[in-house]
Amino acid sequence: MKHPPLLQAKNLKYSFNETGTSTHVLNDVSIELFPGEITSIVGPSGCGKSTLLYLLGLLDRPDSGEISLNEKDVLKCDDKKRTILRNHKLGFVFQFHFLIKELSVLDNVALPMRKAGKSKTASYEKARDVLGKLGLLDKSNRFPHKLSGGEQQRVAIARAIINSPSLILADEPTGNLDTENSKKVHSVLSKLAIEENISVLIVTHNLELAQSCDRVIKMRDGRIIE
Amino acid sequence: MAMSLIGIVLGIAFFVITQAQTSGFEAFFIRTILGTNGAIKISDRFQDMDGTVSKVSKDGNFQFFFRSREEAQYTEGIRFPDEIRNALASYQDITGISEVLEGTAELAGSSRSFPVIFQGIRYHDHSQVSELNNQLIAGAIVDFAKDPMSILVGNRIAERLMLKIGDRIVMKGGTGTLQLRIAGVFETGVSQIDKKRIYIHLSTARQFKGERFAGSFFQLALDNPDKAPELAAQIQYHLGHRSVSWQEREKVWLDVFKALRISSAITVSSILLLSGLGIFNVFAIMVIEKTRDIAILRSMGFSRFDASAVFLWQGLIILFLGVLLGSFFGFLSTYFISEIPLRIRGIFSTDSFVVNWDVFHYLWAISLASVFVVIATWVPARRAGKIQPAKIIRETL
Repeated sequence: MKHPPLLQAKNLKYSFNETGTSTHVLNDVSIELFPGEITSIVGPSGCGKSTLLYLLGLLDRPDSGEISLNEKDVLKCDDKKRTILRNHKLGFVFQFHFLIKELSVLDNVALPMRKAGKSKTASYEKARDVLGKLGLLDKSNRFPHKLSGGEQQRVAIARAIINSPSLILADEPTGNLDTENSKKVHSVLSKLAIEENISVLIVTHNLELAQSCDRVIKMRDGRIIE
Repeated sequence: MAMSLIGIVLGIAFFVITQAQTSGFEAFFIRTILGTNGAIKISDRFQDMDGTVSKVSKDGNFQFFFRSREEAQYTEGIRFPDEIRNALASYQDITGISEVLEGTAELAGSSRSFPVIFQGIRYHDHSQVSELNNQLIAGAIVDFAKDPMSILVGNRIAERLMLKIGDRIVMKGGTGTLQLRIAGVFETGVSQIDKKRIYIHLSTARQFKGERFAGSFFQLALDNPDKAPELAAQIQYHLGHRSVSWQEREKVWLDVFKALRISSAITVSSILLLSGLGIFNVFAIMVIEKTRDIAILRSMGFSRFDASAVFLWQGLIILFLGVLLGSFFGFLSTYFISEIPLRIRGIFSTDSFVVNWDVFHYLWAISLASVFVVIATWVPARRAGKIQPAKIIRETL
């Protein structure tokens, strides 16, 4: 029996309004994401992949449509509630690691957990645990600029999963990495999806990486075509 | 940021120092004039009271207002001093009443003479409305009190006529001449008084002047000198005699001190303002530099307030340190300044810098610094809170 969808989006529409001109980015996009499933979205640049990811990640609001997380409508939530949901239920990985350069690896990873109200000790303990799983425990006291690109991205993944989210949203997570590191990052995400029953949505240009996912969604001109 | 903190520290410290000095000199001046000329002077009798004072009932409370005195008619002096004294005794705020008879005369020493203004007083009464006791720099007040033919002279007069305690001196004018003995030399610090005024006994003054009432007035001391204008208006209304409060009498000097105090406050506030602008610039740049980090933090679940709080906390820390260090340096500097030797004679007498220790100087400085720092912090912090994470991340990629 298939699980109910973790996240369900229906008829999402989104447009940019700049200097009085409206540009439609998403047109009636609907998508379902399931726990333990790794899904990729592919398509040409500007087709609305990242915009869809930000809408599903509650970083932005669509012009119309519905988004429900665990069968609860999250579009009507106020900013405070959406912020809490991002902290507890969602994890983001971007093309660039976006680690805070003033903080050590350990501090960077522990940050979302500290925000969730957990103690420093508990946060650091969990951060070490997660870093250990990703093979970075020995780098925990380093600062981000002392790490390789692949390591930085794995730290970003560690930061995304420390609060045990239901969904990881990855926007071109391997876009800035070489082939070997891309494989490593993809392997980590796949492992997390299986072992932690996390749903992973990856936006990518890398067709090889996309094909290795459970499901591939193709987009063009703001619509899902396949 | 360190420069902005230093600016806040210096701004608070300078504010406290300048206010301590200007208000110190003002307070000292007020003490001097209260100790010399009293809080209220009641002199000539009015003839057209209606044109000068009006009484208005407001919610059951009476308020007194002055209008122009230009058309008022006066009769010089106080004609019925005992009745006035009895009436004044019913005012609870009045702590001392001294009847004074004033006139002009010429003091003739051994080799030269000098024009003076004499004030005939009853020593016991006058000691309650002045600091005459403390202003005595030579001689003994008891010698004056017990000898009706004794005289107290201002130190500048004593210097000019080369007078010593016990010397005999002749006072000319009025009904004739009087031979008086120097019982004491006083110094108020007010040069116009020290070089013109002498004190003699009231009975001697009346005898010398020949006129019983012309030139007579009452000098009053009050429990709370700040109430003098209100009380003077009431006295003028009820007793029909011209009553002038010390605030009205010394308005020019008080306005000068006030202008000085405000001017120095404005000048020093500019240091705080510039520091506030410095903080604003630093934070505004920091928000721009950290826009991406803020967007990432927002994506991790940090709220708008969290983003603002980072800057607000930094602003508060700067303010806290600035207040602490600024108040400390202000206090310390004020103390050292009060020890600097500075001889001033003219409007008061002092041999060192006069400072006024007032907690309100600190509160004002802290309030001003708080306003500037809070505004300088709040605006960038608000901007940080308004950062749209999706837009920033999209633009970064």
